[in-house]
Amino acid sequence: MIAPKSLFKRDSAINAADVPRRTFVRNALHGYEVKRDLNKAKFQDWQSARETASEIKFEGINHLDKYLAEFAKNAEARGTKVFFASTPTQAREYIINLAREKNVRSIIKSKTMTSEEIHLNDALEKEGFGVVESDLGEFIQQLRNEPPYHFVFPCMHLKRDEISQLFHDKIGSAQTDSPEELTMIARRFLREKYIQADMGISGANFIVAETGMISVTENEGNARLTTSLPKIHVALVGIEKILPKLEDLSLFLPMLGTAGAGQLMTGYNTMFGGPRQPGETDGPEEFHVVLIDNHRTELLADAEQRDALHCIRCGACLNVCPVFKNIGGHTYGTTYAGPVGSVITPHLRGLQDWKHLSGASSLCGACTEACPVKIDLHHHLLQNRRNAAAEKPVWWEKSLWIGFALLMRQPTLYYWLTKTAPIAQFFHPLVKGSILDPMQAWTRTREFPMSATTTFKDYWKQKKKQGAR
Amino acid sequence: MKISLFIPCFINQFYPQVGIHMVEILERLGHTVDYPERQTCCGQPPFNSGYWDESRTAAVNILEAFQDSEIVVSASGSCGAMLKVFYGDLFKDTPHEKAAKELSAKTWEFSDFLVNKLGVTDVGAKFNAKVTFHDGCHGLRELGIHDAPRQLLAKVQGLELVEMQDGPICCGFGGTFAVKYPTISTAMGEVKSDLILATGADYVVSNDSSCLMHIQGYMDREKKKVKGLHLAEVLAQR
Repeated sequence: MIAPKSLFKRDSAINAADVPRRTFVRNALHGYEVKRDLNKAKFQDWQSARETASEIKFEGINHLDKYLAEFAKNAEARGTKVFFASTPTQAREYIINLAREKNVRSIIKSKTMTSEEIHLNDALEKEGFGVVESDLGEFIQQLRNEPPYHFVFPCMHLKRDEISQLFHDKIGSAQTDSPEELTMIARRFLREKYIQADMGISGANFIVAETGMISVTENEGNARLTTSLPKIHVALVGIEKILPKLEDLSLFLPMLGTAGAGQLMTGYNTMFGGPRQPGETDGPEEFHVVLIDNHRTELLADAEQRDALHCIRCGACLNVCPVFKNIGGHTYGTTYAGPVGSVITPHLRGLQDWKHLSGASSLCGACTEACPVKIDLHHHLLQNRRNAAAEKPVWWEKSLWIGFALLMRQPTLYYWLTKTAPIAQFFHPLVKGSILDPMQAWTRTREFPMSATTTFKDYWKQKKKQGAR
Repeated sequence: MKISLFIPCFINQFYPQVGIHMVEILERLGHTVDYPERQTCCGQPPFNSGYWDESRTAAVNILEAFQDSEIVVSASGSCGAMLKVFYGDLFKDTPHEKAAKELSAKTWEFSDFLVNKLGVTDVGAKFNAKVTFHDGCHGLRELGIHDAPRQLLAKVQGLELVEMQDGPICCGFGGTFAVKYPTISTAMGEVKSDLILATGADYVVSNDSSCLMHIQGYMDREKKKVKGLHLAEVLAQR
């Protein structure tokens, strides 16, 4: 197996070199930014909305035990089955056992990143269940046998003709250039699947402790069909999605739509409070909420980075990230790409294996500025770098920095060394750009400035001398 | 006012004219300028690489160099942010915590200092050229400096400022990031350069020479004619 870091280096080089694709992605993301700013302006005060949202999430996350228990109690009171899964295996087994027990044959899913996180589709298919994604983007990615590119816009990297070709190859539709027609092809295919499905699996954008409800946000209406037509509805949710009160949604629903997709409000916002109640004519017979930890509590234990659990997965940080824009979502090799993915993946999947994601950032801070719940994203990248180096220093880097630090404490030696730089640079053209060039990582694509023969320190010494005269 | 200059190591080495122009401008405004000569690097490279012990070793030298200064003015937003913002994290719960806080409180980035401390926007500069302004990310987002350099440029006679499309985007330098992930860094540099070229400006001005080193490095390789200038270099033109 290739190490995640080597894969990342390889794929980032390939994708950064794919100028047409990254320009296409950048333009698409810029479109979201423009719409985001337009809708942000409709908030009375976006900055105080961020402040409030951050405080609400802080309350929820810092009293997670209390609010999860409250959620479970209220949900169960209306007949919802709540299951706490510590590990992906526990979550998968619960869902597989339930499907077996209820003689489920086919399963329809609406968008859920937690299911990507635990590789649920693979596990269900291995057990013989048919699984179909109903979100258009996720459906396309499923046909391509590829994970989502962006956790809000799963197939944003694809052009119309590529989708048309895919539909043609996989489901035998005629080629078309029209987005409406492409949507209709998927819709016709999926409508059948909704009717056949015995189980619907969704995620949740928020879970409300006060009422025991889950809140699902979507633009296509597919989540409503997924959750209401089959006789069983399973929601797979990360424990950090908690909100204390129902009224909190009045801030979070518009904020989620605005920050990520640049919408004033997402198309459909549904709250699910339980299975079909006595006297009701529709809705699923059973409603299960699987709450998954999968190392989130380890992040909770880290006081410095706990606020990363505030994340509402809006995608705002990806949309503004210059690194994401240039390397694309798949390069990360993670469920959650972009800045927030680089922050949390080392916690969820191991610091040493995933620390390179924290290194692959210019620390520009555009993510932190965009985050609607004020996660200190780019500073967490710095903390991950520090923690990784403290836990397991790279010997040559450590030696280099020790030498560097000691030199910086010796101003006189430092001064004389700076005087040798022009000499070194005089000989640099002999190796420049070649494998022998110590600067090749820079000089392969960029020029390096020439050292001054009179440094500022020289100037100052001169100036002092003149002043003394 | 006695002003101590903080001239980051790479400015000392590659762009001494930036520091020299700062001295000229501040002296012309009637201030006494001092340069504590023992200053070297602020420790940001090991800090950003995660080697905080080594960063502290280097940074202590800066704390000592400026301990008697009244006001410290930095030629770079990024290195200025290191002193003003990150030393707080670096020296938290160490014997140097107090010294770090004191240094933070008296440190200013050059444009911020002129506009918000001295209340000066017109330094009497003349520069007949079309320029665009690049916000260094650290200056912009760690120090919150956006308007000050623009206010100064607005008062330069003959200067036409054209803003770039798409707002402030990182140039891809990021210190050691530029050599650890050169392909990503270069792609970012290319995007930035395209935005600069689209303005039709002859010069890209910034309050951070490190960004300019990256932008110029890419532009020169691609044989583009745009030239990078530090804000102080523009303000010193008469």
